[in-house]
Amino acid sequence: MSFEDAVVLDIPDFSLVVLIGATGAGKSTFAARWFRPTEIISSDQCRALVCDDETDQSATADAFELARAIAEIRLKNRRLVVLDATNVRAADRKPWIEIARRWHALPVAVVIDPGADACIANNKGRQNRDFGPSVPRRMTQEIRQGLARLPREGFRQVWRLSSVEGMAAARVERRPLWTDRRDDPGPFDIIGDVHGCADELEALLRRLGYGLRQDGTTIEIVPPERRKLVFVGDLVDRGPRTPDVLRIVMAAVDAGQAHVVQGNHDQKLSRWLAGRDVKIAHGLRESIDQLAAETADFRDRVKTFLDGLRSHYWLAGGRLAVAHAGLKEEMIGRGSPAVREFALYGETTGEVDDFGLPVRLDWANAYRGKTTIVYGHTPVAEVQWVNNTACIDTGCVFGGKLTALRWPEGEVVDVPAARAHAASARKLASPAPERDAQAAADTLLDHADVSGRRWIDTTLFRRVVVAEENAAAALEAMGRFAIAPQWLVYLPPTMSPVETSTRESWLERPEEAFAFYRGRGQAEVVLQEKHMGSRAVIALCRDAIAARRRFGTTSDDAGAIWTRTGRAFFSERATTDAVLARIRGAVDAAALWDELGTDWLLIDAEIMPWSAKASSLIEQQYAPVGVAAQSGLEAALDAATRAVSRGVTVENLRDRLALRREKARRYAAAWRPYAWPVSSVDDLKVAPFHFLASEGAAHFDKSHLWHMEIADRLIAVDGGILTATRRRQVALGDEQACAEAAIWWEELTAGGGEGMVVKPLSFTPRGSKGLIQPALKVRGSEYLRIIYGPEYDLPENLIRLRERGLGGKRSLALREFALGQEGLTRFVARAPLRRVHECVFGVLALESEPIDPRL
Amino acid sequence: MFVSISTTHRPATDLGFLLMKHPDRVHEVELAFGRAVVFFPQAQEARCEAVLILDIDPIGLVRGRGSAEGLLDQYVNDRPYVASSFLSVALNRVFRSAMAGTSRERQDLAAMALPLEIIVTPLPVRGSGDLVRALFEPLGWMVEVERIAGEAGPSRYVRARLAGILRLADALSHLYVLMPVLDDDKHYWIGDDEVEKLLAKGGAWLQTHPKRELVIRRYLKRRGALVRAALARLAPEEVFDGESGRTAGAEDILEAPLRLHDLRIEAVAAALTTAGASAVADLGCGEGKLLARLARDQRFTRLIGLDASMRALERAADRLKIGRIGATRDERISLLHGVLTYRDARWQGVDAAALIEVIEHLDPDRLPALAEVVFGAARPATVIVTTPNADHNVLFPTLAAGAFRHPDHRFEWTRAEMQAWAGTIASRYGYRAVHSGIGDAHPEFGPPTQMAVLTR
Repeated sequence: MSFEDAVVLDIPDFSLVVLIGATGAGKSTFAARWFRPTEIISSDQCRALVCDDETDQSATADAFELARAIAEIRLKNRRLVVLDATNVRAADRKPWIEIARRWHALPVAVVIDPGADACIANNKGRQNRDFGPSVPRRMTQEIRQGLARLPREGFRQVWRLSSVEGMAAARVERRPLWTDRRDDPGPFDIIGDVHGCADELEALLRRLGYGLRQDGTTIEIVPPERRKLVFVGDLVDRGPRTPDVLRIVMAAVDAGQAHVVQGNHDQKLSRWLAGRDVKIAHGLRESIDQLAAETADFRDRVKTFLDGLRSHYWLAGGRLAVAHAGLKEEMIGRGSPAVREFALYGETTGEVDDFGLPVRLDWANAYRGKTTIVYGHTPVAEVQWVNNTACIDTGCVFGGKLTALRWPEGEVVDVPAARAHAASARKLASPAPERDAQAAADTLLDHADVSGRRWIDTTLFRRVVVAEENAAAALEAMGRFAIAPQWLVYLPPTMSPVETSTRESWLERPEEAFAFYRGRGQAEVVLQEKHMGSRAVIALCRDAIAARRRFGTTSDDAGAIWTRTGRAFFSERATTDAVLARIRGAVDAAALWDELGTDWLLIDAEIMPWSAKASSLIEQQYAPVGVAAQSGLEAALDAATRAVSRGVTVENLRDRLALRREKARRYAAAWRPYAWPVSSVDDLKVAPFHFLASEGAAHFDKSHLWHMEIADRLIAVDGGILTATRRRQVALGDEQACAEAAIWWEELTAGGGEGMVVKPLSFTPRGSKGLIQPALKVRGSEYLRIIYGPEYDLPENLIRLRERGLGGKRSLALREFALGQEGLTRFVARAPLRRVHECVFGVLALESEPIDPRL
Repeated sequence: MFVSISTTHRPATDLGFLLMKHPDRVHEVELAFGRAVVFFPQAQEARCEAVLILDIDPIGLVRGRGSAEGLLDQYVNDRPYVASSFLSVALNRVFRSAMAGTSRERQDLAAMALPLEIIVTPLPVRGSGDLVRALFEPLGWMVEVERIAGEAGPSRYVRARLAGILRLADALSHLYVLMPVLDDDKHYWIGDDEVEKLLAKGGAWLQTHPKRELVIRRYLKRRGALVRAALARLAPEEVFDGESGRTAGAEDILEAPLRLHDLRIEAVAAALTTAGASAVADLGCGEGKLLARLARDQRFTRLIGLDASMRALERAADRLKIGRIGATRDERISLLHGVLTYRDARWQGVDAAALIEVIEHLDPDRLPALAEVVFGAARPATVIVTTPNADHNVLFPTLAAGAFRHPDHRFEWTRAEMQAWAGTIASRYGYRAVHSGIGDAHPEFGPPTQMAVLTR
C-alpha cells in the first residue's frame, strides 16, 4: 500500500471513509468538495446538533453517539459514510473500524496532512478556533506517527494528501465493489461444484449449448447468445482433471464469459500455491499432483487466478447473488472478513458431527431476502429451493451429477458423474423423499410475519395494506379456527353486488351489471348461476404422498376442504375424505391429472345444501324470524279485521298488515329450496367453477370458458356428487341478447335461485384504469328477502336500502382478489410458506373490515 | 309486537278511560324505533278489548349501527316481530297514566282489581314454557302458554294468555318487567338507572316473588354490581352470593361444585414454585387468574400472559390493573396478543410456560405446530400442561356420553392419551414428563383434570 500522495482516490462506492487530520487541515473543505452533504457526518455538526455549540468539548460523547447512530443506519441501508472528525489516535478510529465491520463496509482512511503550519494558518481565519499553534502541531505529529499502522488497524485503503497542492489536485472517484456486478443482467448458467470433473463439465457445457474449441492449450468457448457462466466455486481438488477445469474456466473468464466465486478448496489451493502452510487433505493432494505435470507458467497463472477470486457476485440489478457456501441477506454486495468467511464456509456452530465434518447452521432456513441466492459447497441429491435460495452442488465428484441452474429461467440442467471420483465422508444430504426442503423449512410460521400493520405487494393490483387491528382479528381467527396453513394456500375474495337498480320494486337487476362491464370495455361476459350453498375451497391430491410432497403436510390426508374463513368445511374428517374421493374419481375418469401434468388440484366450488353448513344460522336466526313475523302479524291482522268489522277505520292498517304477513310468508319460504337434510355424502352437491391451480400453474390466465369446460368434463364422468352451474355467454353489444339474459335471470330467480354472477371472460379483467371487478353478483328478489329482511321491498324500506354505498365493498373485493391471486402465484412458484400465508392471512384480515355484510 | 288487554268489568268500555284511548278511534304514537297503534277490536259493555300493535321499523333498527355487540347487529332479526323490551318501552309511553295507576275520569277503577285478560304474542322465552307460569302465577294470574310451532319442532316463542283479577297498573307493570326477563335480552344499553326503573315498576311485588333473583339477574342483564344493588335494596337482610358479572361458561357450570379452575391455578402455581421459575409465560392466560396469583409472589420477576382473544386480554388487563389510570402498575407483568401456532420471539427466554386448559382448544392436527413453538423454538426449562381427563367424564351427571365439557373443545384425552402425547414430546424435544392430577381423584376414573410437568 502506497502512502505517496494520490491524485485519484479510487474508493468503493459503499465504504466508511474516515478522514484523519489535525484541526484546520481542511477536512471539511475536502469532504464538501467530493461528497454529498448527506454522506458527511461531521463531529462539529453533531456537537452543534446536541448542544447548539460545535466547539463544546463537553458534548463530545453525546455527539459521538449521534454520529455513530447516523453512521450505522446509513451503513445498514448500504450508503456511503464520510466521517469528518480529527480521528487523530488509533483509539479514536477503532470504533469506526468496528462499525464498518459490523455492516460489512470497507473502512477507508483518508489522511489529510498539509503540515502543521497550514493548519495554524487556516485556524487563524476561523472563529472559535483559537487553539494556538500547539494543538495542530501535536495532532499532526500523532497522525504521522500512526500512519504506518493504519492498515493493521483494519483500513482496507489508506490515502494520504500531504500538501495543500496535493489536496487541490486530488480527485475522488467511486468504484462499485468488485463483488457488485449488478450491471450484468445475465442470463446466466450457474454451475455447481466441479472439483476437477472436466469430463462432466465439458458435457454439461455442451448440453447448455456452449461450443468448446481446443487448440493445444488454448481453449475457446462459444456461449449461446448473450448467456454467461457463473461458477459457484470449488473448481479444484478431488477430481481427475483439475488443470483442465481451470483451463476452461480461466479461458471463459479471460473472454469475459464467466464469473467465478471462490470456494474453500480454491482458496486452500491458492494458499498452497503461494507457499503457505496448508494441511494437505480433502483432495488437495490430487490437485497438487495434477498441477505438478503442468508448466510453471500455468501454475503461476492458476495462483493469480485463484487468489483473485471474489467472495461472491451480486448480479442482474440486484436480483441474484452467487456465493460458494451461501450468504446472509445483510452481506450481499458488501465486503468484510466475515462476508468472505461466510461465503467460503457458510455458518457453522464450531462443533463437528459424527463424520468429523463441521455442523452447519441452516442459514437458508432463516433467509428472508428478495435477492435469489445460488450456492454450492454442501452436496445435495437434487437442487432444492428454500426461501429463494438454491444449493446446486449435486456431488458430481462423489458420483452424483454436475448441475447447472439457468437463471432467470430456473431450469435445472445436469449431467451424471462418469463415476465416483472420490469417496464422500458423509452421505449425500438427500432431501426427505416425501417432503421437500422448503416444506421442512416452513414447519413454523412466525408471529412477526403476520402481526401489526402490513403491506403486501401484489403483481395484479398494487400494494395492499392490512391494518393492525384487522391483523389482530385475523390472528385470533387463524389461530383458533383455521386449518393447517400448509393446506390453507387460498381464500376466496368477497364479491360485490351490482349497482343498485333504479327500477321500481327492484334492488338488483342484470342490466346494471351489463352496463358496468360495457362501460369498462368488456365485449362479452359469462353469466353463471349463483348456487345457494356454502363456498368451499378444495385441495384435491391424487394421494397422500402427493399431498405431503406438494403441501408439506405430515399426515395421511390426501386433500382438504375449507370455508371462506379457512375453517374445515366438514367437522368429520371422514366426510371430507368421502367428498374428496368422489371428486378424485371424476378427475381420474376425465384423465385430468395427466392433461394438466399434476397430482393435485385446487378447486373453487360451492357445496350444497346451504343448510349443511348454515344449519345453526338457519335455526337460530332465519327460521325464528319467519316464525315470529308470521305469528305476530297474524294476530295483529286478526285484531284489525275484527276492528274493521265493527266499524273502526283501520282499513289501511289491516291492508298493510295483510301485505306484511304475505311478505313474512314469502320470507319463510325463501330459504327452503336451499335446505335439505344431509345424512350422508349422497345428499351433498358440489358445484366446481374455478380450477384455481395445479402443478406449476395458477390458472388465472385462463378464461372462465376454460374453467367451465373443465367443470363440464368432470360432471360428465362424475359418479354423483358434482353438479353443473347453469350459464350463458352474452355479447354486451347485442341488446337482444342482453334482454334475453335478463329474462333468463328472472326465470332463474323466480324458480328459487339465489341469482347469478356476471364475469368478464377474462379471469383477471382489466379496463383502462387497471384491474376491474372480476365478478358482480346479481341476486334475486326473493333471495334478497333473506338478506334484507321480510319487508325489505316495501316502498318505504326499499327507498332507504337503495342508498347503499358499494365503494368499500368494491375496493375490498379487488384487494382480496389481488391477494388471493398473489398467494396462489407464490404457492405455485414454491415460495416459502410465510410468503403464501401472508396473503391468505391478509384476505382474512381484510374480511374483518367493517363492511355492510348484506352487500 | 302484539298485546291485547281486555276486561269483562261492566261497563267494559271503561277500559278506554283507563287507557286514555277512545275505543272507536285509532291511536298512533310515534316512537324512536317505530310506531305504536292502539285500537279496540271489541268494545261492548260486556267485554272490551284494546290492542297495541308495535310497528318497528326494521331498516331503521340496523341503519347506522357500528360494530357494537348485540343481537341488533344481526341484520335480519326477530325484534320487529316479538314482545320484547321494545314493547315494554311502548307500553310505558302509550299507557303512561294507566301504568301509574291514575285515571282522570275513572280513578276508582284505576285503583280497583278488575277481571283482566291479556294476550301477548309472540313472546320469546329463554328456557322452558314453565317459566312463564313460574313468573306470572305468583302474581295472581292464570296462565295459558301455547308454544308456537317452528320450522322444525317448537320455536322459542309462545302465545301467552293471562287471566286474573288485578289492578290494570299492576298488570301493565308485570308485563313491563317480565317480557324482557322472559326474552332475556334488552335492546338498549343498561345503565345504573335501570335499577331505579326496576324498583319503580316491580318494587311492590318483586320483593316477595319466588323467582326474585332470576328476575333481577335477567332484568339487569347479569351486571353483577347492579344485581347486587337491586337485591340489597329489595332484601337487605339476605347476603347474596351471586354470580360474577359475566355469564358463566358451560364448563364452569359443569365443574362448578369442584371449583376446579381455582384448584388448577393453585396446582400450577405450586409446580412453578417447585421448578424454581422466575420468568413465566402463561400461554392462553385468559382473564389472567394465574398471573394474578403469581403476581402476589415476589419470586416471579417476569410474568407474561399470552392469549388469542383480545377480549380476554382486556379483562386480564382489568384484573391485573394494567393500564388502569391511578392504579399502581406491576412492571413485571405484560400481556401479549398471540396464538400458539406461530413462533413468537416476544415470549422467548422464559424459565417456564404454563398451558392451562389450552391444548384441547386446538384441532389435533395443529398440536405439532404448538409443540414446535413451545418445546422446539422457545424451549423453556419447565412446561406445565393441564387438560381435562376424559376418563373422568362419566362422573359428570349432566354430560352426555362422548360429549365434551365445553363446546370449543376439539378433543378430550384419556390419561393414557395424555401420557402418550407427553411422551412423544419428551423424546422428541428432550424433556422429561411427570404426570399428576388436579381435583378429587376417583379410584377408577382418576382426577377431573390431568397435569403434565415437562422439564429439561
